[in-house]
Amino acid sequence: MKALLLRDLRLAIRTGGGFGLGLAFFFLLSVLVPLGVGPEGGILARIAPGILWIGALLACLLSLDRIFALDHEDGSLDLLATAPIPLEAVVALKALAHWLVTGLPLTLVAPVLAVFLNLPPAGYPWLMISLILGTPALSVIGAFGAALTVGLRRGGLLLSLLVLPLYVPTLIFGAEVIRRGAETMSLATPLALLAAISLGAVALLPFAAAAAIRVNLR
Amino acid sequence: MSIWEYANPKKFMQTSAWALPWVVGLTLVCLVVGLSWGFFFTPDDYKQGSTVKIIYIHVPAAMMAINAWGMMLVTSMIWIIRRHHVSALAAKAAAPVGLTFTLIALVTGALWGQPMWGTWWAWDPRLTSFLILTLFYFGYMALWAAIEDPDTAADLTSILCLVGSVFAGLSRYAVLFWNQGLHQGASLSLDEKENVSDVFWLPLVICIAGFVLLFLTMVLLRTRTEIRSRRLKALLARERVA
Repeated sequence: MKALLLRDLRLAIRTGGGFGLGLAFFFLLSVLVPLGVGPEGGILARIAPGILWIGALLACLLSLDRIFALDHEDGSLDLLATAPIPLEAVVALKALAHWLVTGLPLTLVAPVLAVFLNLPPAGYPWLMISLILGTPALSVIGAFGAALTVGLRRGGLLLSLLVLPLYVPTLIFGAEVIRRGAETMSLATPLALLAAISLGAVALLPFAAAAAIRVNLR
Repeated sequence: MSIWEYANPKKFMQTSAWALPWVVGLTLVCLVVGLSWGFFFTPDDYKQGSTVKIIYIHVPAAMMAINAWGMMLVTSMIWIIRRHHVSALAAKAAAPVGLTFTLIALVTGALWGQPMWGTWWAWDPRLTSFLILTLFYFGYMALWAAIEDPDTAADLTSILCLVGSVFAGLSRYAVLFWNQGLHQGASLSLDEKENVSDVFWLPLVICIAGFVLLFLTMVLLRTRTEIRSRRLKALLARERVA
């Protein structure tokens, strides 16, 4: 299992593409939004939580189709499916690898981008906390979407159509945590709900994703 | 005699061929009676004027939009558990109908909202949930359309339907949490505190019955079409082999 995780991480970093691209996209989005909306600090501060979350979500989406597609093409997914570790664990590991190369770096650079978006200082810790709690859900839900579309040749667009509606609750609670944090309001409820969605998704979705992969490999 | 007999396509075709004219007839009766009663023989609301009559389309369509997804959920589960093809095809057949009802509810809602709330659209929890429901329908139908092998498609869309239902429910509560509403609460709950007035109630119930029957008609028709196209494909395949 450790070998599989290391392999995925190495592949993600060395082949380029996914790893840097998601971050660059996140960066670009946060730079383009003020250019489009205008430089006024008040407006930017108000929309910053939403923009940062949508940026994280789209950056995540960019690299989703790579989770299983490459392995499916060269046949290693078949080997993984017949390997002694259960397919559910393979899915969970792949989602973890995806999170380590997208969700985690996104969380780390988010405060820098928040400066561009003029996020109030009280929001910074909550920005980090909400992203670190919420991005695992993005990766696991994305892995589920990728598992559904793995057999398709042009699954990319379909993948986003399938996955984005599933991201709605995570987005709402995640942005709400930052917004309330920035306005120093009580944020226990959205924080707990965000964590609940993440934990629930991590616990249950690998089973659905593994079922989808089994169907696709049939 | 059990409900599983209808899992046999032949039995389903026979029974539905017999039932279809009756269902169509009942649908027409309910819709004609309900809608004309509602439109022409009920008084105008004292505040809303005649725009209140949109209720006879808006409420039934909205109810069926949700119930259609519920039906897809049940038939998807039946497909996953018992692998009856008719069930999977019924789920496939119901999706565009459900989507249409969702869009009807959204459009009539906008037409109603413009004179009453002064806006076509508000990010109200109910409206937003319906918009999200639309996205779920689109995703589900797109997945059906994208996969060639029918059994794979049925399997994957069923899984999507199950997972999607959970997330649709989550979104509903997330959206409630996210914004306060402009839309009124339930108008037909059984504990009758804030229900619509009795004058509107009976034609509305008839309209709802009409929309349920309309949904049934469409799903039966579309399922029969799906079964026939499946048979046609099988015939063509057999001819090619022979």
